[in-house]
Amino acid sequence: MINGLGPAQYVLILQGLKWTLLLSAIAFGGGVVGGGMVALCRASEFRWLRIAATCFIEVFRGTPLLMQLFMTYYGLALLNFPLDPWIAVAIGFTLNASAFLGEIWRGSIQAIPRTQAEAARALGLHYWPMMVTVVLPQAVRLSIPPTVGFLVQLIKGTSLAAIIGFTELARTGQLLSNITYQPLLVYSVIGAVYFVVCWPVSWLGKRMEGRLAAG
Amino acid sequence: MSYKFDFSAVFDNFNELLLGCLATLAMSIAGMILALAIAVLAVIGLRLRPRWFKYPVGGFVEVVRNTPFLIQIFFIYFGLPAIGIRFPPDVAAVIALSINGGAYAIEIIRAGVEAVPRLQIEAGQALGLHPLQIFRGIVLRPALCVVYPALTSQFIFLMLTSSIVSSIAARELTHAAAVLEGITFRSFEVYSVVTVLYGIMAILLSICFSLLFRYRISYPTR
Repeated sequence: MINGLGPAQYVLILQGLKWTLLLSAIAFGGGVVGGGMVALCRASEFRWLRIAATCFIEVFRGTPLLMQLFMTYYGLALLNFPLDPWIAVAIGFTLNASAFLGEIWRGSIQAIPRTQAEAARALGLHYWPMMVTVVLPQAVRLSIPPTVGFLVQLIKGTSLAAIIGFTELARTGQLLSNITYQPLLVYSVIGAVYFVVCWPVSWLGKRMEGRLAAG
Repeated sequence: MSYKFDFSAVFDNFNELLLGCLATLAMSIAGMILALAIAVLAVIGLRLRPRWFKYPVGGFVEVVRNTPFLIQIFFIYFGLPAIGIRFPPDVAAVIALSINGGAYAIEIIRAGVEAVPRLQIEAGQALGLHPLQIFRGIVLRPALCVVYPALTSQFIFLMLTSSIVSSIAARELTHAAAVLEGITFRSFEVYSVVTVLYGIMAILLSICFSLLFRYRISYPTR
């Protein structure tokens, strides 16, 4: 039994933090790509693409993240993938982030007045040139604050990987708490580490929102 | 793929899962009501404005919103007993849900309350209404109306979040699923059915919320 948190324990916490940040980065990167596709499908001119994207979004927004992780974990096993928590959580969080970012960006795309698209059409632009040069640049500006806000939700969400058994920050906390018998101290420290990571991001998101509102 | 799906193991024990659904709903609705109470009290406190009151409220909101729910519930269930505060898992779960939901609800309701025009409050004062009457009828009610969609989607999200309390063995749907998985070893089948059940509960809640809005919350504006 170890009393309290010594330097060795803090090194473990930093290692856990490293995996939390890595997992968040992978999920966010994958989510940006996936979410971009989902948003474009959702705002597309083809009906069945819109329907497919809507179903995808609704399924991931209407069910618990924890269930989605279980489903990817056990679903991958059925497809004869090895039962590796790391792959499962990376895929699970990427899909989840794709759905949420897709919905955020869909909102931003549709917040751009129709007349902008119509003007682009009137100037003879086809779908892609219109999207890339007229609609998306304006939509991206609108979408940055909620995207940053979602990043906080994503970082906090990665703590659920601990339940699957992936050793990131929250799981490191569980392990340390079991070793030291000081859950109050350990979970306060782990909570503080999450706070130190998430709070600046939240603050940034809010500041950007304020700027956008100011024009 | 050589795996044979066998849902019979799940549907033979379907009653357990339905009981889990009820427990999840009960727990989340209790959490929502307490969260609403916390938020309304905090917003009243902010209105009455002793200047210092915004610091503890702001700190509470920031801490809760910037730490994971999993750590919050571990802190309450495993951490607090160290200083002699002990809860059974189900109670700890409801407390954690109320605190988490409360922090988000404070932000939402505060935004709604701040959007009420000063002129309306002054009109209320001119009519000789008591400050409490003004707050209830002129500030809070319209504010709740305006933020109702944001608040209810936050509450539905709270219900989905409640699956995490299974990690302290509070008895709800995810816990029922874990027990069933342990008996039947049909992990994928169990969790896919449970995922669908959560989806159904989310839809049901959203229907209930819109009915509630139509018959109890909204009022004619002209």
